[in-house]
Amino acid sequence: MSAAGVSGSKPTGRRGLGAPALLLVGSVALYVGVAFWTGQTKMLETDGVIGLLQRMVALGAVALGQTFTILAGSIDLSVANLISVAAVLASFIMQGRTEMMLPAIGVVLVVSALVGVVNGALISRLHVNPFIATLGVGLILQGMLSASFTDFAGSVPREFQAVAYGSFGVVPYSVAALFVLAAVASIVLSATRFGAHLYAVGGNAEGARLAGIRTDLVTTGAHVVCSLSAGVTGLYLASRLRSGAPWIGRDGVYDLESIAVVVIGGTLLAGGRGGVWGTLAGVLLFASLDAAFNMMGVSAYPKLVLRGAIVIAAVAVYTVRMRGQVA
Amino acid sequence: MTLALDEARRRSRAIEAARRVNIAVVVFLVFYLAVGLLQPTYLEPPGLMNFLRRAAPLAILASGELFVLVSGGFDLSVGSLVTLTVVGGSMLTANDPSKTWWAIAVLYGIGCLVGLINGAVVAYLRTPSIIATLGTLLSVNGAAMMWCGGAPRGYLPDNFRMFGRFVFHDVPVIRIFPLAIVVLAAVCGLAYWGLHGTVFGRRVFAVGDNARAAELAGVQVEYVRLGVFVISALAAVTAGVMLGGFGGVSIDVGLGLELQAIAACVVGGVQLMGGRGTLVGAVAGALTLTALFALLTLLGLPQPLKETAQGIILIAAVAFGAWRQRRAG
Repeated sequence: MSAAGVSGSKPTGRRGLGAPALLLVGSVALYVGVAFWTGQTKMLETDGVIGLLQRMVALGAVALGQTFTILAGSIDLSVANLISVAAVLASFIMQGRTEMMLPAIGVVLVVSALVGVVNGALISRLHVNPFIATLGVGLILQGMLSASFTDFAGSVPREFQAVAYGSFGVVPYSVAALFVLAAVASIVLSATRFGAHLYAVGGNAEGARLAGIRTDLVTTGAHVVCSLSAGVTGLYLASRLRSGAPWIGRDGVYDLESIAVVVIGGTLLAGGRGGVWGTLAGVLLFASLDAAFNMMGVSAYPKLVLRGAIVIAAVAVYTVRMRGQVA
Repeated sequence: MTLALDEARRRSRAIEAARRVNIAVVVFLVFYLAVGLLQPTYLEPPGLMNFLRRAAPLAILASGELFVLVSGGFDLSVGSLVTLTVVGGSMLTANDPSKTWWAIAVLYGIGCLVGLINGAVVAYLRTPSIIATLGTLLSVNGAAMMWCGGAPRGYLPDNFRMFGRFVFHDVPVIRIFPLAIVVLAAVCGLAYWGLHGTVFGRRVFAVGDNARAAELAGVQVEYVRLGVFVISALAAVTAGVMLGGFGGVSIDVGLGLELQAIAACVVGGVQLMGGRGTLVGAVAGALTLTALFALLTLLGLPQPLKETAQGIILIAAVAFGAWRQRRAG
């Protein structure tokens, strides 16, 4: 959130590649260890690993976008509701017809970008706290969606289902797309002016403004990226479920989980530090945990309890080394 | 000449007094009047009493959340704690009224523990409170589901439900007087004293305003953080006990209440990221939200659009607060 949330927080440990690499090794070790321990070594073959990667796609796509807002020192709680809106809109416009695929995708992306612009404007122009602004926009979206649709609406044509079910050989399109998106996001963050400005605004918004950066445009840009990624996640879920329903975003808890994986991935909640590879490593940790729980046959409710504890533990690993006060 | 000066001074004093009245109180009165115009029974004493009874749990939650918000944090775990209280209450009492008091004591113990965990994770592990309390939200919800096996059964005994349900009849003037209002008044009184009348309260403001400065001034910031999260958790258990008297036992009684409590505080002028807020504002915010829900129901808006209205009000309240603050400099 704003820089005021963390004062004088200087992590003493190594950053950069350290955090994602550690998470990656930990996640893989967890997955492999549990597979051997439970004797389910076929989970280590191609199909099992592809399954693990496929678990990453939905949360991964939205978390990539969430990384941008958090790097900018903002936050987006409206993504879960926007995912539902995107999925329902896509399948409702398509109604199972192939020729409506492109228009539906276009509408979803335009609507998502607009939501991002609204979020950004509320935060940077009207100075509404990002937590409240995006929470409010999420409520508005969800209310309008639930008032218009109460069940699965429309359906997607077979061709569109390829988004979730098609593959190049053994690698599913969706998994490949996730890594391509991550690579693009990484390049944007490290090699473009927008990326540099994003880190500057997140690190010290007032300093960035005094240095001549249009902080309002940067914040809005980050929110547009985040909303677009939520729109893409909605499209993917519509393809996977073959239709969209107004509760799929909320059921997936994509708002809170996307924030959790970004922070687990080593991006500072106060902004200005971090990157997308850490986020992907955080998503992998969540996917490995899910897979490990399934292999061990942990039932649904203890899984929830453990997940909460793991969110705290994974973030505390970084934060415990910080000096200074955190709220 | 002096007359004109006196006049001007009096006017500026009136403006000053008007400015000090919390804007949420005015908004609440307007909303409540609108509700009363649509449904005149709300303007009669029993209608008002029933309204206050229904608003009590949210007002209590907001009073607790206020401490955490003023200290600069968030507590997202209160809704799940309400659920755990209701579900746990039904499991612990097992339909036996003689176990009620013991069960309530255990529930407060659990609440205290959850608050201590929240506070310790934030204070000692330096984890941002959004993430810390999000973690406890997931865990506490999971624990509530585990406890009842996913489907709560049974019901709460009558003496457990009386805090939310019991009404004194044949009271002069106001005719009915719900016990819930006594609880509400007690909690508000305690919270007012705690935040605005004690050294601890001053320290909560100091920590929220500038934690580093407070630390340098000798405030034990860690203890203050533990304190505010425990207070918030205890308020959540209280709200849970009251909500248990309202309806049946279900696993979604507390769903989304944490956001409503934060929204109530924000509408009441509490500043997120800490340092500013009043109990009167938080309670007025809770009453405003409850009046808004009543108004939307009376207008015949479907349930989902209430969410939309809540979102608009929330954004408008914060945008207004931010605007006023910028104008004041």
